[in-house]
Amino acid sequence: MNDILAMLAELKPEFNFEESSDFVMDGLLDSFDIISLTSMLEEKYNITVDGLDIVPENFCSVEAIAGLVKKSGGNI
Amino acid sequence: MQMRFKGKAITSMLGILPETVGLFDDEVGNYSFPPKQTLRLKKVMGFNQHRLAKDSTTVSDLALEGMKYILAKGWIKKEEIGAVVVATLCPDYFVPHISNIIHGECGLSEDVICMDIPQGCCGFLLGLMQSFMLLEHMNSRKVVLINGDVLSHKVSKRDRNDFPLIGDAATISIVENDAEAEEIYFELNTDGSRREALIIPAGAFRTPSNAETAVMHDLGDGNFRSLDNMHMDGSGVFNFVQTEVPPMIEHAFKEAGKTVDDIDCFLFHQPNRFMLQKLAEKANLPFDKLPMNLVENYGNPSGASIPLTAILNYKDELLKEKKMCCLSAFGSGLTWGAMFMEIGKLGHCEMIETEL
Repeated sequence: MNDILAMLAELKPEFNFEESSDFVMDGLLDSFDIISLTSMLEEKYNITVDGLDIVPENFCSVEAIAGLVKKSGGNI
Repeated sequence: MQMRFKGKAITSMLGILPETVGLFDDEVGNYSFPPKQTLRLKKVMGFNQHRLAKDSTTVSDLALEGMKYILAKGWIKKEEIGAVVVATLCPDYFVPHISNIIHGECGLSEDVICMDIPQGCCGFLLGLMQSFMLLEHMNSRKVVLINGDVLSHKVSKRDRNDFPLIGDAATISIVENDAEAEEIYFELNTDGSRREALIIPAGAFRTPSNAETAVMHDLGDGNFRSLDNMHMDGSGVFNFVQTEVPPMIEHAFKEAGKTVDDIDCFLFHQPNRFMLQKLAEKANLPFDKLPMNLVENYGNPSGASIPLTAILNYKDELLKEKKMCCLSAFGSGLTWGAMFMEIGKLGHCEMIETEL
């Protein structure tokens, strides 16, 4: 989980992700951030995220992102 | 809709690029996002450089430059032309049409059929379909198929979602009857209920352009855009491509009686690198046969993307040999289609640059 928070902080250092209950609804992540984050997750966890899983609900929280990594075969 | 065409071939292809190159690194400062964040997209999306036509340049200008070139070089004679088909989103005027401008400026004969097709990303497939149907009635005369857009004129330079990926260009393909040609399989699908995923809201009859439609709005996501500008719902289009295109490709393979191994190259519309990678993964298509490098070299030129991708990546090979190609495009409409056709042993295949 800390790795994901570190990635989010690297991607958008201007936001405190721990204070948000929904990163997408709160405007912390837009569609292009989701693309960048997907690329970072694929590199970090050596996974391939299915294109159909690149939807806002899989990026709304650290738990959701961790779930996506696991679903994509990553160890987290 | 599924169609099969017999005895039709592309025999020459020309790409026409404006010489002005916009560099993503230089444009980063135009966007209200932290530069580091924007630059991260360079590798993922393939944002690097794109071709930008001058503000006064239209599609007919680019096309005429190409027409003069192929006529002067003897690729085709005026009297061999039976039809001019233009697929574009960027008309010079509502009336007259670009094909009529080409006809007049090139001094073509009065029995030449001229036709504009207002189409975006699928413009090459729709243009080929129309060309093949016209050729049924043309004997030895040929169709000049022109694809081109200057969409950089319609995209806000402060819109980081759209401007970096747009490129201006035109292509000319000579299409003709060829009794030896392999059968061509084509299928096309449309979902008009999702038509607003790609839209230029103002400028036509529904909402004519005026001072109000030209006002730039802060969209709250860091991008600035007016109603006169093109807007793409990136998430919606991405989801559409991931959902609709892979099953269509699979269906097309079955209908055409072909497998992935039968295909020498996948010439796909080029929205951006990320979308193409995810599409290739989802559809189990080999990366080494599916070029994804048009956006980083020239930008996404809408309907001209497939022929430009062919010229950029396979110019020399297409002059020497025939390749079984799987063409696919997806975009405004929403429209998505696939075509299997052999392309190659072209008479001519070139890319030229113009000051326009």
